[in-house]
Amino acid sequence: MEFWKASVYGKDYGDMLDLEVSLLKSNGAGARKYKHKSEVAVDTELMKLLHRELTDAERVATHEFFLTLVVCNTVIPISLDDNGSIDYQGESPDEQALVAAAAAYGYTLCERTSGHIVVDVNGEKLRLDVLGLHEFDSVRKRMSVVIRFPNNSVKVLVKGADTSMFSVIAKNTDKADDLARETQKHLTDYSSIGLRTLVIAAKDLSKAELEQWQCRYENASTSLTDRAIKLRQTASIVESELSLVGATAIEDRLQEGVPETIESLRQAGIKVWVLTGDKQETAISIGLACKLLTSDMQMIVINGNSETNCRNLLLDAKAKYGVASTCAKRKNFELKSSADKNDLQPANYKTSSEVPQWESVKEEAEVNGPLALVIDGNSLVYILEKDLESELFDLATFCNVVLCCRVAPLQKAGIVDLIKSRTDDMTLAIGDGANDVSMIQMADVGIGICGQEGRQAVMASDFAMGQFRFLKRLLLVHGHWNYQRIAYLVLYNFYRNAVFVLMLFWYILCSAFSTTSALTDWSSVLYSVIYTSIPTVVVGVLDKDLNHRTLLEYPKLYGAGHRHEAYNLHLFWVTMLDTLWQSLVLFYIPLFTYNESTVDMWSLGSLWTIAVVILVNIHLAMDIQQWVSITQMAVWGSIFISYGCMLLLDSIPVFPNYWTIYHLAASPPYWLTIILITIIALLPRFLVKIVYQRFWPSDIQIAREAEILLERPVSLPKKRGGRST
Amino acid sequence: MMSGDREISSGSRAVASQIRRCRGCEKALNQFTQQNLPACKPLLTPASVITIFLVLGVAFIPTGIIALHASQKVTEIVERYDADCVPPEYRNNKVAYIQDSSIPKNCSRTVKVEKHMKAPVFIYYQLDNYYQNHRRYVKSRSDQQLLQGLNYSKTSSCKPEESSNGLPIVPCGLIAWSLFNDSYTFSRGMELLQVNRTDISWKSDRDHKFGKDVYPFNFQNGSFIGGGTLDPNIPLSNQEDLLVWMRTAALPTFRKLYGRIEEDLHPGDLIEIDLLNNYNTYSFGGKKKLVLSTTSWLGGKNDFLGVAYIFVGWSSIFMALVFLLLHLRYPM
Repeated sequence: MEFWKASVYGKDYGDMLDLEVSLLKSNGAGARKYKHKSEVAVDTELMKLLHRELTDAERVATHEFFLTLVVCNTVIPISLDDNGSIDYQGESPDEQALVAAAAAYGYTLCERTSGHIVVDVNGEKLRLDVLGLHEFDSVRKRMSVVIRFPNNSVKVLVKGADTSMFSVIAKNTDKADDLARETQKHLTDYSSIGLRTLVIAAKDLSKAELEQWQCRYENASTSLTDRAIKLRQTASIVESELSLVGATAIEDRLQEGVPETIESLRQAGIKVWVLTGDKQETAISIGLACKLLTSDMQMIVINGNSETNCRNLLLDAKAKYGVASTCAKRKNFELKSSADKNDLQPANYKTSSEVPQWESVKEEAEVNGPLALVIDGNSLVYILEKDLESELFDLATFCNVVLCCRVAPLQKAGIVDLIKSRTDDMTLAIGDGANDVSMIQMADVGIGICGQEGRQAVMASDFAMGQFRFLKRLLLVHGHWNYQRIAYLVLYNFYRNAVFVLMLFWYILCSAFSTTSALTDWSSVLYSVIYTSIPTVVVGVLDKDLNHRTLLEYPKLYGAGHRHEAYNLHLFWVTMLDTLWQSLVLFYIPLFTYNESTVDMWSLGSLWTIAVVILVNIHLAMDIQQWVSITQMAVWGSIFISYGCMLLLDSIPVFPNYWTIYHLAASPPYWLTIILITIIALLPRFLVKIVYQRFWPSDIQIAREAEILLERPVSLPKKRGGRST
Repeated sequence: MMSGDREISSGSRAVASQIRRCRGCEKALNQFTQQNLPACKPLLTPASVITIFLVLGVAFIPTGIIALHASQKVTEIVERYDADCVPPEYRNNKVAYIQDSSIPKNCSRTVKVEKHMKAPVFIYYQLDNYYQNHRRYVKSRSDQQLLQGLNYSKTSSCKPEESSNGLPIVPCGLIAWSLFNDSYTFSRGMELLQVNRTDISWKSDRDHKFGKDVYPFNFQNGSFIGGGTLDPNIPLSNQEDLLVWMRTAALPTFRKLYGRIEEDLHPGDLIEIDLLNNYNTYSFGGKKKLVLSTTSWLGGKNDFLGVAYIFVGWSSIFMALVFLLLHLRYPM
C-alpha cells in the first residue's frame, strides 16, 4: 500500500513525486525528526504549500487535509526506540499508508489514547482532545472523528468513500460546487489508473451542534440495545453539510506473480471471477492493467439503479450476445466440462487474460471477441434479492470474465452461492480481508491469505497461504496429485474389499450354501486391518503421477480432474468387472489344483488368504507410479507381515487350523498355485493397461512418458491439443 | 529448513558435529515431508512389456512341462464300491440295508494293476457329495476337549453331540460322531498285503492337538449311531483315523488317507479287496470310492497345474510376439 496522489482543495498533487526525495530529506531535516519504516516519496509543490503561513483558504484546507489523515483513523503509533523512530500499527493497511504519508509531509502522529491525540506538526506538538469517534461501517462507508483544538474550537473530520461523501457535502456556494466538480474529476482520473480513493471533508462545529451531538452520542454509546443503529443516527448529525477538503489515492500493489498465476489458472480451465469492493473505474483499470480485461473484449456493464433498470440491462445484453436461457444453456455448459469458479477478491489480485480454451465451442456468430461482464454492487442488490438471479447466472457463465465491483461482503457470498446452487461446479474463494470471510465460508474451498489485513480471512479458511501466487501450486500440483491419489484410492479400496468378499462368497457354492468361511476368523479380520492397509495409506500419501515441474509447466494437465478422468462410473464398473474376474481366479484355481485331494479346509483357507493378500498388493504395485523406499517397504512388507501373522495363528494348538501353513509351505503345489493365481488374475488388467497406454494414452500418460524418457518434457501441446477439441 | 541448515553450519564446531550426525536423518525427514524421496518411476515401454511376457513364457513353460510330467507318472486305481456292495435284494432300499446291523456288510472287490506302482502305494477312501465343510458340521467340535479330555467341560460348541445319557462325550461333536468306519484288507493272490496304518495323520495333530492321556468316553452310546466307534483304551492322539477324519475336508469331494502298502505292485497283479461297507452314504446319495495311488513331488494325479502353466506360458509368448509385431508396425 502506498500513498500515491492527493487532490487538495481542487488541486491535483503527486505527479512530481519521485523528483527530489533526497533534496527533501535534507530540506525537512528539522521537521522530520521521526523516522518510519517505509519511506514515502513527497510531492515538492505540496510540501512548499505546507511551509506557507496559515492564512489563505487553500493553506487551511491543506492543514485540515493532513490533520484528517493523521487523526481520522484507528492507527496506533508505537515508538520503537529512543531516537524517535515510530511504527504504525492498525487494522487497515490503507490507514497505515495514509498516516505514513502525512508523516512524510510533517504531520506525525505521536500518541493516541482514547481521550487525546498528539500530533507533531513540523516540530510543533499539537494536543487534540478526541470528543468522539464514529468508526467505519459498511453502511455509512465513512469514518468521522470530533476533536477539540487547544484553542477550544471543535471540528469534525471525515473521510470516506466518494459515493457516500458527496451526499453529505455542502453545495451551497459556487466555490463549493467548483471544488466538488474538480475533486470528482480527480477522483475519476485516479480510479481509472487503478488507485483506491478516499474523500476527505471537515466542518467546524458550533456550540449548539456540539451540545446536541454530545448528548446523543453519550446516549448512543452507552445504550444497551441497538447501539450500532443509534450511533449511526448520531453520526448523521455531524456528518452533514461538510466542506470538502480533498481526496487521497492509494496504490494497492499487486503481489508478486499474480498475473502469471491467473494466466495458469485460466489455462487449466478454471474460470476466474473478481469480486472487489473498489469502485468500477478502479476495478476496470486494474483488470486492464493485469490483462484480465483486454482491449478486444466486449464489455457488458450492468450498472442499474432500480430493479427494472437492471432487468432491462440484463435482457438487452442477453439478446445482444445471444445467450441461451438456462435449460438449453445447461447442456452447452456441461459439454464444456465443469469448470471451477475462482472467485478472487479485491484489487489485491488481478487477472491475466487469453481466450479460455473452450471459446471455440460456442456457436454464437455475433460475438467477435471474448465477453467481459462488469457489474456493480448496486445492481447486485436488485439482482440477488429479486428473481433476476437466473438471468445473471446465464449471462455470467456465458462471459469469459466477470468483474464485480463495489460488492459488499455478503454479496460476495451471494455470488458464490449463485454458482454453487446452480451448477455442480466446485467453487474456490480466495481473499485476504475480513470482508472476504463470508465468501470464503460459502465457497467449496476457501483460501485465506495472511497479509496486512489481519487474520480473519485466514481463520475462516480451509487453506491459508502467504501469497496469492501459491494458489497455482496448490491447485495445479497438490490439487492434481490429490485428485489422482484419492480417485485411485477409492477404486482400489472398492476392489480390495470386493475381491476378498467375492472370494469368500464363491465358497458357499462348495459348502452347501451354509456360509462357511474357509479362512480363519482372525485372517478375515486382519485382512483389512493389517494385511492390506498400510500400502493403501502409503500410496495414497506418496504416489505421484507427474512431478511438480511438469504440472506447473502444463496447466492443462489439471483438466484431467474436470473431465473426471481418474474416477467415473465407467471406470468403476470396469474395476468391478476386473474384481469379479480376479475373485473367480482366486477361487477356482485352488479348487482345480486340489480337486479330489486330501486337502483340508484350513489349508485351502490359508492358501486363499495369502493368495488374496499377494494379489491385491501386486495389483497395487502394478499401478504405483513412483516407487520410493517407503512404498517398497509397505508393499512387500505387508506380504511378509501377513505370512508372519499366519505363522503365528497356526502355532496355537487350540485353533483347528493348527500347523496348517507349515504343512503347506513344504508342498510345491501351494507355491505354484499362488504364482499361477497372481499371474492369471492380473493378466487381463495388465493387457488392458498396456493397450490403453500404447494406443489411447491420456494427457497424463503422455506427459509422464515425456517426463521420464526425455528428462525434460518438450512439445507436448501438439498431441494434447488434438485430443482436447 | 534450508536457512536452518545455513545457520547451523556457522555454529560452533562441537554443535556442528553433533548436528552433522543428525543431518542424515534430518535430510531424510525433510525429503519425506517434502515428498522428495529418491524415486523409481516404472514405465511400460514396448521393450519392457515384451520382455515381461517373454520372461513369463520362458519361466512358465518348463515349469508346466515338469509339473505335467510328474502328474503323468502318478498311477492311480479308483474303485467305486458303494453301489455294487449292496446285495441285489436291497438295491431299491439301500438305506434299510445299511441301517440294519444284522446284515453282514462284507464285500469283496478285485482290481487289476495296469502299471507298475512303486512303493509306497497310498490307500485313500474318497467320498463324493459329502459336505464336511458345512458350517454347523465344521463348528461342531471342541479343540480344548480334544486336548484336555473330561477336564474341559465347556463343550457347548459340540451341539448336538455334546452329551448322551447325561454324561459328556469324548470326543464330542458331529465330526467325531460321524467317523468313517469302512475298513479294507488287501490280498494279492493268496498273499495278504500288509497295510501300514500308522503315520497317516499330521504329526503336529498327534503331538500337540489331541491329548496323549485323553481316552474316548461315552462315545457312540446315544440313540443315533453316526459312524465308527473308538477303542476306549487308546488315547485320542493315537486314534489316527479320528485325526484324519477331523481334519475336515475343504470340498464336498475329498479323499482321506487310509494307509500305505509298502510293496511295489506290478502290472497284471490282481488285488482283491475285502471290505466292510459300514458307512452310510446312501441316505444322502454320496459315493464311496477306494483309491490306490502312488505319489510324486506334486502330490497326487492332477494335470491341472501343468496344463495351466503351459497354457499361460504359451499365451505369454504369443502376446510377446503380438506386441513385438505391433511395435514394429507402429513404432513410437
